[in-house]
Amino acid sequence: MSRPKNQNYKGHGLSKGKEREQRASIRFKTTLMNTLMDVLRHRPGWVEVKDEGEWDFYWCDVSWLRENFDHTYMDEHVRISHFRNHYELTRKNYMVKNLKRFRKQLEREAGKLEAAKCDFFPKTFEMPCEYHLFVEEFRKNPGITWIMKPVARSQGKGIFLFRRLKDIMDWRKGTAGKKLTSLEAPPARSTVNPSGSHDARSSDDQKDEIPVENYVAQRYIENPYLIGGRKFDLRVYVLVMSYIPLRAWLYRDGFARFSNTRFTLSSIDDQYVHLTNVAVQKTSPDYHPKKGCKWMLQRFRQYLASKHGPEAVETLFSDMDNIFVKSLQSVQKVIISDKHCFELYGYDILIDQTLKPWLLEVNASPSLTASSQEDYELKTCLLEDTLHVVDMEARLTGREKRVGGFDLMWNDGPVSREEGPPDLSGMGNFVANTHLVGCFLNLKRPWIGTPGWLSWLSSCLRLRS
Amino acid sequence: PEHLKEPLVYMRKAQGSWEKRILKSLNSMCTELSIPLARKRPVGEQKELLNKWNEMGTDEPDLSLFRPVYAPKDFLEVLINLRNPNYENGDSLSFRTHLGLIQVPLKVKDIPELKEFFVELGLTTGQLGIDDSTQVPPELFENEHVRIGQKVLAEQDSAAAQQYIRQGSPTALRAELWALILNISSQPEELLYYEQLKTNVIQHDLLVDSLIYKDVKLTASNDDYYFVFEDYLYQVLLCFSRDTSVLGHFAYNSASPPKSYIRGKLGLEEYAVFYPPNGVIPFHGFSMYVAPLCFLYHEPSKLYQIFREMYVRFFFRLHSISSHPSGIVSLCLLFETLLQTYLPQLFYHLREIGAQPLRISFKWMVRAFSGYLATDQLLLLWDRILGYNSLEILAVLAAAVFAFRAVNLMEVTSLAAAEAVLADLSTLKVMPLLQIFLFATVT
Repeated sequence: MSRPKNQNYKGHGLSKGKEREQRASIRFKTTLMNTLMDVLRHRPGWVEVKDEGEWDFYWCDVSWLRENFDHTYMDEHVRISHFRNHYELTRKNYMVKNLKRFRKQLEREAGKLEAAKCDFFPKTFEMPCEYHLFVEEFRKNPGITWIMKPVARSQGKGIFLFRRLKDIMDWRKGTAGKKLTSLEAPPARSTVNPSGSHDARSSDDQKDEIPVENYVAQRYIENPYLIGGRKFDLRVYVLVMSYIPLRAWLYRDGFARFSNTRFTLSSIDDQYVHLTNVAVQKTSPDYHPKKGCKWMLQRFRQYLASKHGPEAVETLFSDMDNIFVKSLQSVQKVIISDKHCFELYGYDILIDQTLKPWLLEVNASPSLTASSQEDYELKTCLLEDTLHVVDMEARLTGREKRVGGFDLMWNDGPVSREEGPPDLSGMGNFVANTHLVGCFLNLKRPWIGTPGWLSWLSSCLRLRS
Repeated sequence: PEHLKEPLVYMRKAQGSWEKRILKSLNSMCTELSIPLARKRPVGEQKELLNKWNEMGTDEPDLSLFRPVYAPKDFLEVLINLRNPNYENGDSLSFRTHLGLIQVPLKVKDIPELKEFFVELGLTTGQLGIDDSTQVPPELFENEHVRIGQKVLAEQDSAAAQQYIRQGSPTALRAELWALILNISSQPEELLYYEQLKTNVIQHDLLVDSLIYKDVKLTASNDDYYFVFEDYLYQVLLCFSRDTSVLGHFAYNSASPPKSYIRGKLGLEEYAVFYPPNGVIPFHGFSMYVAPLCFLYHEPSKLYQIFREMYVRFFFRLHSISSHPSGIVSLCLLFETLLQTYLPQLFYHLREIGAQPLRISFKWMVRAFSGYLATDQLLLLWDRILGYNSLEILAVLAAAVFAFRAVNLMEVTSLAAAEAVLADLSTLKVMPLLQIFLFATVT
C-alpha cells in the first residue's frame, strides 16, 4: 500500500525478515494509455486503481516521480517503475560524466586495456561549460561532423549537425543565445555532490533564473553501417531490478529503426536522414505509416550473418553486452538503489561500418506505443515478461537465469549459461547468458482496435494532416 | 521449333491467346495515357537519373493512372478454363473425377513418387531448418554439414553443391553456394554488361518502367522486411527489362516475347522489335522474385546476375502455360491432387463452402512463397528448389500448409474465413512441415 507520508494509518508493513506473501489482488496504477494498459488489465488478479486510491504497483512517468517520490511512503512489497535519479544514466551530459569517471577508475584499477572497453561513447562535450575543451578537440580534427543534442529532450527534437564553428555561433544567436548571457557563464543549475551524483533542478529552483537548456556536442559517427543505403539504429531493452547489488536482465528481442531516406553526408541539413527516431521519421514527407521502418532484431541478425558470417555477429552482440554492463556499472554508485524501484531502459545503439557498436543514449521511458501488429506483440511480450520479473505475485524462486524473454545478464557479477559450443549457422548462441535473438511467442490478441492502436492511429493522422 | 517450347498444341494455343490479351491490355493502357512504349530521355533527365541511381525509391512519380497488366488471379482464371480437346471427360462423376479447378490431364507425382524424388528430405537425413535448431547439439549434424559445405565451395564443384544443398545451406555459405550452382562468376565482362544495361536505362525510358515502379511501390515497399531494399529492386528490374540476352530462354519457354512494330510498319518483320527488350512483361507481384535475393547479394551486378539466372531457370515457369512438370499448371494440379487424395474430407468440405483450395494457394505458388513466408524459411525453401532443380516442392509445401491447418479449416464456413485461417504464414517452419507431410503422414 502507498500513501502520502505523515498521515495516520493503520495496518502493518511487512518486516524485512518475513517471506513475501501472495496477495489476493494487486492494485496497479498508470497514466499510460497504450500497450502497457492492455497488459496490466489482462493480467490475472491485477486491479486498476484510479485517482487517489492506494496502489501496490505504479508505472509512473518521470515528472510524477520527481514531484512525489520523496513524500510517498511505500510498503515493502510496493513497486514503482523508475529509480529516483535515473537521469544519471539517461541524461546525456550526466551519463558522459559518469562514464568518464568510471573509465578513469577502471584505468587506475585494471589498466588501459580494460578501460578501453568503455570507449563506446562518441567524444562528447557539455555545452556551454566545456566549450573550450570542445573547441580544442574541434581544431584537432578539422572537417569532421559534430552533432548538437539537447540534454533532456527526446524524440529527436532540437538536434542538428554542424561542421563549422560558425554554425554554433549562429545557433547561439538563435534560440540558446537569447537565454545565455555568455558562453563562459557558470554551468546550469545542477550542483555536483561529493559522490559525483547530481541534483536535478526542481521546478521551484528555476523560477528565479534565466532558463538554460543544456546541450552536448558529440562527435558524429560518419561511417554508420547501412542497409539498403539507409542508416538505422538498434533499440534493445534492459531491465534493472537493483543497482546495489547490480542486477540486470537483457531482453531477447528488440528492433532496428531505419531512416526513411538514403544516407549521405552531403545533406547535413536534412534531419530526416540522420535521425532514426521513429518520432522524427513520422514527420518526414516520405513516411508512410504502413511502411513501418523497423526490422525485428531476429531479421537483422540473419542479414548480418549472411553477409559477415556468424562469428562477426557474435562479436558484435557480445560487444553490445559490454556496453550495457559498463554503462550500468558506471552509475552504480550514484543511483539511489531503492528496493521499491525497477526500471526498463531502452538502449539506442548505432553500428558503424567496422561493426563496432556505439551507445547513443539510454531511455528511461522507452516508447510503449505500438506502431504495428508485430511491434504490439513485441511490446506486449516485453511488458508481460517485465511484470514476471518484478514478480508481484511472489512466484519466482530467485534462482532463475531466464524469465520469459529476459536473460539475467548481470547478477552482481557475470552470469554464464550452461556451456555449449558456438552455433555456426548464424542463429546465435552466446557463452554469456544473453540471447539477442527473437522470441517466437505467437500472440493471439489482435492489436487493431485496442486503445493503444487508436492512439497510434490518431497520432499518424494528426501528423499527416 | 515449337515443340521444344511446348509439346502440347492446346497448351501452346492457350499461351498464345493469353499473350494476346496481355499485349492488348498493355497497348490500350498506352493509348489511353498517350504514353509511348519507349522514348529517349532528354539529357537533363538523364543526368538527374544518374545522380539518383542509388535512391530511385525516393522518386514519387504519379503512378495513379497505371495499373498492373495482370494479377495472379487473372492468370488463374485462364488456367481454370484450360481444356484438352482430345480428352473425353465424360459426364458421369466417378471417384476418379478430379474435383479441383484444373481440368487438364497432366501426369503429376503421387506421394510415393515424391518420397523417392525428395529422398534427402526424409526423416533419417539431417536437414537445415530442423536439425540446426537450438535444442539440437550441433555435433549431431550441423558442424559436419557446414564443414562439407566449405569443402564444396573450396573445390568449386557445382554438381556437388547442388546435391549438398538439398539438405539446406548454412546462412554464411548460402550466397556463394547459390552462385556456384547457378554458375554465376564474377567475370569483368558481366560487370561491363550490367553497366551497359544501366546506361540503357539512363538513356531510354520505357512504359514498362512505370509498371515496375508501381509494382515495387505496391508490393515490396509495403513489406515490413523488404522495404529496405527498394532501391536495389529498381536497379535490378529496370536493367532486366532491357536485357536482350533474356530472350534466349524463350527457346524453351512456352511463351513468346511480345512483338511490336515501328510506327507505320505494322507486319513488316524487318521493323519488328521485342517489347520490352527482354520480352517479359511484369505482373503484379513480380518484384517479389527479387526481394529475397537482396538479403544475400549486395553488389548490384551480382544481384542482377543471380536474379536473371533464377528467372530463366525457374521463375518463368510460374507464369506461362505449359505442360512441364515444374510449370504452374502441373504445380496446381499436383497441389489439388495431393489434397484430394490425402485429405479428401478437407478438400470436399472446402469445395462445398465455395472455397476451392487452389484459389487460396495459387498466389503462394506463383510467387514461390516470397512475401508469405519469413525470409529465413523462404531461403531454406529456395535452397531445395535449386537442389532438386524443380518447383514441385512449392505444390507440396502448399498442400502441407493446408494439412497443418486442417483442423481450423474444417470449421470454417466461407471462403473469406478460409482465407483468414491461411492469411498469415510468417510463423511457419517449412522443413518440418514438408517432412511431416511427405514422410510422417499415414497415407
